[in-house]
Amino acid sequence: MEIKREKLDPSDFRVRQLQARDMLRGDLEGEELDKFVEQSVMTTTMSKAVSWSQGNSIYPMTFGLACCAIEMMSIVGMRVDIARFGWEAFRASPRQADLLILSGRVSVKMAPVIRRIYDQMLEPKWAISMGACCSSMGVFNNYALVPSDKFMPIDVHVPGCPPRPEALMHGILRLRDKIQGHPPDGWRERYDAVGTEEVLTPEQQRGSEMDAAINVYPGGDTAGA
Amino acid sequence: MSALDTSTYRQREESITYQAESAGMGETHELLTLNIGPHHPATHGVLRLLTTMEGEVIRDVKPIIGYVHTGIEKTAEQKSYWKVIPVIERMDYLSYYFNAMAFCGAVEDLLEVEVPERAQYLRVIHLELDRIMSHMVWLGTSALDLGAISMFWYCFRERETILDLFEMSSGQRMHTRYFQVGGVIEDIPRGFASKLRQFCNEMPTRADQYADLLEKNQIVLERLRGTCAMPAEELLKIGVTGPLLRAAGNPWDLRKAAPYSSYDKFDFKIPVGTVGDNYDRYRVRHAEIYESVKIIEQALEGLPEGPFITPDRKVSLPPRHELATSMEALIHHFKLVTEGFRVPPGEAYHAIEGPRGELGCFVRADGSGKPARVHMRDPSFTHLQALAPMVKDAYLADMIATLAMLDPILGGIDR
Amino acid sequence: MPDATGLELIAHELREANDGSILQTEFRRGRAVLEIAPEHVPAVLQQLHDKGYTFLASLHGVDYYPDEPRLGVLYELMDMREVDRISVKARVSTEDPRVPTATGLFPGANFPEREVYDMFGVVFDGHPDMRRILMPEDFEGFPQRRDFPVGGEPVLFTYNEETGYGKDQ
Repeated sequence: MEIKREKLDPSDFRVRQLQARDMLRGDLEGEELDKFVEQSVMTTTMSKAVSWSQGNSIYPMTFGLACCAIEMMSIVGMRVDIARFGWEAFRASPRQADLLILSGRVSVKMAPVIRRIYDQMLEPKWAISMGACCSSMGVFNNYALVPSDKFMPIDVHVPGCPPRPEALMHGILRLRDKIQGHPPDGWRERYDAVGTEEVLTPEQQRGSEMDAAINVYPGGDTAGA
Repeated sequence: MSALDTSTYRQREESITYQAESAGMGETHELLTLNIGPHHPATHGVLRLLTTMEGEVIRDVKPIIGYVHTGIEKTAEQKSYWKVIPVIERMDYLSYYFNAMAFCGAVEDLLEVEVPERAQYLRVIHLELDRIMSHMVWLGTSALDLGAISMFWYCFRERETILDLFEMSSGQRMHTRYFQVGGVIEDIPRGFASKLRQFCNEMPTRADQYADLLEKNQIVLERLRGTCAMPAEELLKIGVTGPLLRAAGNPWDLRKAAPYSSYDKFDFKIPVGTVGDNYDRYRVRHAEIYESVKIIEQALEGLPEGPFITPDRKVSLPPRHELATSMEALIHHFKLVTEGFRVPPGEAYHAIEGPRGELGCFVRADGSGKPARVHMRDPSFTHLQALAPMVKDAYLADMIATLAMLDPILGGIDR
Repeated sequence: MPDATGLELIAHELREANDGSILQTEFRRGRAVLEIAPEHVPAVLQQLHDKGYTFLASLHGVDYYPDEPRLGVLYELMDMREVDRISVKARVSTEDPRVPTATGLFPGANFPEREVYDMFGVVFDGHPDMRRILMPEDFEGFPQRRDFPVGGEPVLFTYNEETGYGKDQ
């Protein structure tokens, strides 16, 4: 029987495993120990480490307002599982939560309540505006709703009516990128966008915003539009 | 004297007398007003309850609503009739097909169009699927309120299957805009029937599993049995219908009493309770799931051939292939898309049996292409008035259980 | 629905009992509507209740602008034994929008009447708790009237993104 001896590649798994065993026993010394430490320890700044861990264990707050709340409940469900990312601990108390997922339409009566709860949350805190109704006015552009931008700072807007759980997950992952310190590019950078902004003439730019706003319902008969 | 010297300690202990009166237990407590909500861990939406309690016993509860008021009825007046459907669907956000059905029913009454039979059967299939889905969410969140947290995941698993079916037929999981005036917007695709059959085969077993999980659990039984019962006459005076009334013993169901959309062709039973306490309410809703599965199976077996929307081209869009050949179809299409159909002046109130009770829609038409008034009679709005008499002199924990069994949907209450 | 003749019979009986209460009857497309004078609302509802219409399905308001009298309150009653519906309509003008309450007969009219007050401004005399229910307590105006503007906000687009929309307004 021939016994073949080969030198194993030091990055081979078995070699590393034996090295780790030796280190744990206290058998590694000197240069080998230094090399081992270099390979298995990562250096980073404190803030990066903290933000990495923050991004992976957010406590969202149960803030379901309307239809989007049901889709938010289904990301806790099994198909799109938010526990994969460590975010399944929904806390009811604002003192214990650090993410406010505004899911649903914000009415005039509710806005001061939300602001108060947002103020009660401790720093650092983030907010996701889920759905069309709180990001813009959504389907209902009328007297009773308030866009959430008007009274609190929002980090991520998730469009949809209601957004699919996968869409909300996408928004959540974007927020996680933002928390961990590498915020995603805005759409202008991503698509190298030029010429898609509303081109306003200088008069319009100087004029009042309400005149130039193209999405305000002016009232009157619009004959079925 | 050491610390272990027990004799003086025992002497001191025996000298303490406990008298309930002087400690205040025998007399009436001070009333405490506790504000529950609008943001609270119970997952029923933004409902604010001002409870006046004496100790742990509730003496009065005043619900304060309006925290998700969206002005849906006002918005609906600004839009043409078919554009009202997506707006009105978002009212009671768990039973969106029912909202659309009530509105379409009212407009069909005003227009006097007839809905073809295939469309009626398709509507029934989607309505019953929506009823099951609403009961799933109710069961999951109610069990969550009671503390049986794992029910939440099981129920939402069923919900995902049902939403897959909705996505197959209309492209959207929620607020699908599937029901249109005169029928449904599209026929069901290939594969829908087989997936639906598979769901119907699975669902009764799953419902049995949920019953097994909950019904022999001592904690669930203690919290639900005998708590907050209310007799049927009281409920009728307040205007309560639906599973709450059926749990109290009155077998009133609009699907049987005043059948709409070919419900009279299906053979199903109505679960009725005896006592009217929380346990009966839970059992009635749970039993309704089996009946809904039966209805879906019958509708699927008997699905007739035919158009899926009324052939009246003044009301419904012509099929796309006709646009290439027929001039009238083109003109109808143009008029319908730009202006919408006009409804002759009149008023109509159409009521259907939603998962929570009688869901009615009142439409006033003034001859133009937009409704002059749309009002949804939401069952949860009326049921909330029954909360105060139900929980009087019950514990706070009973109130949470009752609120869960009441199944209020704040979107419908606040509109 | 009671058919047209049934409706006339009911109207006749009610007119005999309360002089001047029934203004008009209407039966169209299977729907029976009794239009009555507002001050006779509790009496008419009581008589209909005794006739069997014991369930108040819905109480809501309608704004008939520009027809006068402008504000209407509709009561949808249902007879559960014979599965029959009848509607009662009471119209008031905006100058004196007062209607007696129906909460004595139907305790479930509490919240709907508050909603009609909130949305249209119709005051129900004798209501135990006449306050706004859906809008904030200090809101001015009655939103669902036809001459109340829909309102709305300009949507945040790219052109107004930098101007700090929301912070200055």
